Amino acid sequence: MAGSLTSSPHSARPYRVDQVMLQVCLALIPGTIAMVWFFGWGVIINMALASVFALGAEALMVKARGRPALPAIRDLSALVTALLFAITVPPTLPWWLTLLGILFAIVIVKQLYGGIGYNPFNPAMAGYVFLLISYPVATTTWLPADVPALLEAKDLVHLSFVDSARLIFTGALPPELSWDAVSAATPLDDMRTRLDSNVLMAEIRQSPLWGFVGGQGWEWVALGFLLGGLYLMFIRVISWHIPVSLLASLAVLAGLFWLFDPNHFPAPWFHLFSGGAMLGAFFIATDPVSAATTKRGQLVFGALIGVVVFVIRTWGGYPDAVAFGVLLLNIAAPTIDHYTQPRVFGHGRRT
Amino acid sequence: MTQSKQTKTQATRPAPKLWKFHGGVHLPDEKALSNQTGVAAAVLPKRLVIPLSQHIGAPARPCVQVGDHVFKGQMIGEPQGYVSAPVHASSSGTVVAIEPHAMPHPSGLPAPAIIIETDGQDTWAPDLPEPVADFHQLDADALRARIRLAGAVGLGGASFPTSVKLNPGKDQPIDTLVLNGVECEPYITCDDLLMRDRAADIITGARIILHLLGAERCLIGIEDNKPEAIAAMRQAVAEQQAQTQARIEVLAIPTLYPSGGEKQLIRILTGQEVPSHGIPAQIGIVCQNVGTVAAITDAVLRGHPLVERYVTVTGRGIARPGNFRVRVGTLASELIAASGGYSGELAKLIAGGPMMGVNLQSDRVPITKATNCILALTPAESPDPGPAMPCIRCGQCAQACPANLLPQQMYWHARAKDLDKVQDYNLFDCIECGCCAHVCPAHIPLVQYYRFAKNESWAREREKQASERAKQRHEAREARLERQERERKAKLRKKKEAITPKTKTVPGKSAAVGGAGQSGGSVPPTAPESAQQSTERTAAKPRTETAGSET
Ligand code: SF4
Ligand code: SF4
Repeated sequence: MAGSLTSSPHSARPYRVDQVMLQVCLALIPGTIAMVWFFGWGVIINMALASVFALGAEALMVKARGRPALPAIRDLSALVTALLFAITVPPTLPWWLTLLGILFAIVIVKQLYGGIGYNPFNPAMAGYVFLLISYPVATTTWLPADVPALLEAKDLVHLSFVDSARLIFTGALPPELSWDAVSAATPLDDMRTRLDSNVLMAEIRQSPLWGFVGGQGWEWVALGFLLGGLYLMFIRVISWHIPVSLLASLAVLAGLFWLFDPNHFPAPWFHLFSGGAMLGAFFIATDPVSAATTKRGQLVFGALIGVVVFVIRTWGGYPDAVAFGVLLLNIAAPTIDHYTQPRVFGHGRRT
Repeated sequence: MTQSKQTKTQATRPAPKLWKFHGGVHLPDEKALSNQTGVAAAVLPKRLVIPLSQHIGAPARPCVQVGDHVFKGQMIGEPQGYVSAPVHASSSGTVVAIEPHAMPHPSGLPAPAIIIETDGQDTWAPDLPEPVADFHQLDADALRARIRLAGAVGLGGASFPTSVKLNPGKDQPIDTLVLNGVECEPYITCDDLLMRDRAADIITGARIILHLLGAERCLIGIEDNKPEAIAAMRQAVAEQQAQTQARIEVLAIPTLYPSGGEKQLIRILTGQEVPSHGIPAQIGIVCQNVGTVAAITDAVLRGHPLVERYVTVTGRGIARPGNFRVRVGTLASELIAASGGYSGELAKLIAGGPMMGVNLQSDRVPITKATNCILALTPAESPDPGPAMPCIRCGQCAQACPANLLPQQMYWHARAKDLDKVQDYNLFDCIECGCCAHVCPAHIPLVQYYRFAKNESWAREREKQASERAKQRHEAREARLERQERERKAKLRKKKEAITPKTKTVPGKSAAVGGAGQSGGSVPPTAPESAQQSTERTAAKPRTETAGSET
């Protein structure tokens, strides 16, 4: 008999990259359902569009770099990028902006740096920020959440699947609606503008945009992503370090300011359940390729994202800052790794 | 029942604290495949292939010739040097060949072995050392000599000569003996069964070592997935406790790979870390595998050398997995046949466990003192990991690494052949346990890269040393030539002074210079110089090179 010669270990391995990616996709389900519930079918249409664009772009680029396309697509990392991008942008984003964002993410940020494993930035967030800077209006225009209080206030009707599709592909609203009437600020955005004009928190909270702890609808979406994130942590696809440090630093900072002046600063739980905090903490900042890799480094990485998010949300020029926070810290990740190497076994206590 | 009684006697002392090490992985437990039946005595094979190198250190030198009749237990290879161990015939018969044979070694290269055709009598040699009833009568040196003569080496896999490990030196007092009964690789159960079968011998062996080293306590670590072994060992401790003042304690530790690594086990049981690049003796600890300790008892109490060991034959590719008491030198193929042969499709044959074992190209390799397991894996048990994907920097490897290294960073630098960088990341603290590769979702054969980097670094180190030696030789030669020149000149001067009134020649000088440059000239070299020259001659090539550059 003769066996093949391979190196140890010879055991079956617990996970493969595509399985990890698939788990991430599965974990997005609860949050996605909440999004569809509150923001309509546009979310699903965006996801489908983005996925097709992303897989196509990935295949073309890998081919162009002279490698077989199929294995690269099969690792499902492009799919994850597409889904995260689609969740981040407004559900009514015109299709060509989705295309543009995805092309930027996959072609420039991912493949031009060498494909999976080599991109210093999170592709989904880079694509989103690219759009945010180039097309600020389109990328921040959200329809209000599909809840009775808001629909009444805005004099709105539900967007059907067809309405959503038409809106995305042609930009045409149903005849009875007009953009001015339907577009709404996100709760974070609304809060900032009003705080800037010296409205007190107590009053802002009266707005129909607000739910129990976060924005109407948004809080449920955040809860969905929290659930999915806990699932990923449970099955050990992600470790607790980045999400916990990110949310903790955001909550602690927010809490300090809120205790100091509750009239001008929202409560910490509002921060946690608004905007992209949950999604960012569990699904985006944890992107292994572009995050810090040492455990202590991940604590620093997450905590600093939390700080950036709070600072930009409170004093910066954009309503939400998760994307910026992640990208900024992506730059710092190698440095953080360098200074947080663990003490190797048998090397004496760190002094 | 016996177990609960034992726990009570142990409970009089405060429960000992166990420590943790970083990382490690939980592996599927496959021990039930082979731990159900007892240990069978393997058949006496017609042919024994006894390797001359079954230990770390210099291989033994054959001390029998083809055609010689040998007895079981007769020394057939004598140790060459301090870090070496003798090898013995594991049954009686005739030496039919001394030649290279395929080995269960990662290189896959054949190595010298003594091949014995057995006579079926299995007669022990008449001149074995006398059994010793009370080992306390022997002092440390006598005990070590007996252990060395018996060819004892570490049976856990590393095969370090035991007598060397038991001789830490006067300046290194040992207070703790750690016995390794962990057996953390999945599938392997030979130590488990050994502890159930020979617990008394193991505890006696521990007492011999405690006496030899003058150590105060013995901590025995056994993973908690071996309850029978733990019970048997506790029982044996209770029976022998009266005969020793030392503290002997059996500790059940959590099942986690690689707790059986020497450094990991010491950490778990004592909380101490063996210094990087150091040995346990530096922190007052000596660690021995339970099988080795049983062999020490055989050597001291019975005068028997190490000629057999327990071996697990298992995996779903084997019809009837189980454990055997095997004569060293038995071919793996014979054990597989005794286990009912192969069953179904075979993906891999491995000597050792799935995590650190060596892939065998053939089953016609001998069981050595280091072989604890022959493992036949089916494709389902050892699926082809497929081509490696790019590293996604997920850090799973770092989380799993028991040495707390950054495997991913080492991988990047090893791939780039940046050996200095890999070493900066403490490559040489890697114990090649395979945890990182096991968890890597990109299925990168990480350990292979580290082995490569280690080999390259060693090669480079050797090269550096060689060139350093060449440089020193060159400098020594220069210095010698210079001195000779000086001496020659001095002589010449003296001569000149002696004959100055008569002649004053210039041509003679130039002729003398030429002569010195070629061969040391007419000046006879002094004694130390000739010694120096002879060392130079051993490395002829660099010498001619330097000589060439001179002219
Ligand atoms: S586990 Fe594999 S993929 Fe993950 S960081 Fe380590 S080497 Fe890279
Ligand atoms: S093989 Fe080396 S690097 Fe990998 S986990 Fe084990 S000790 Fe760490």
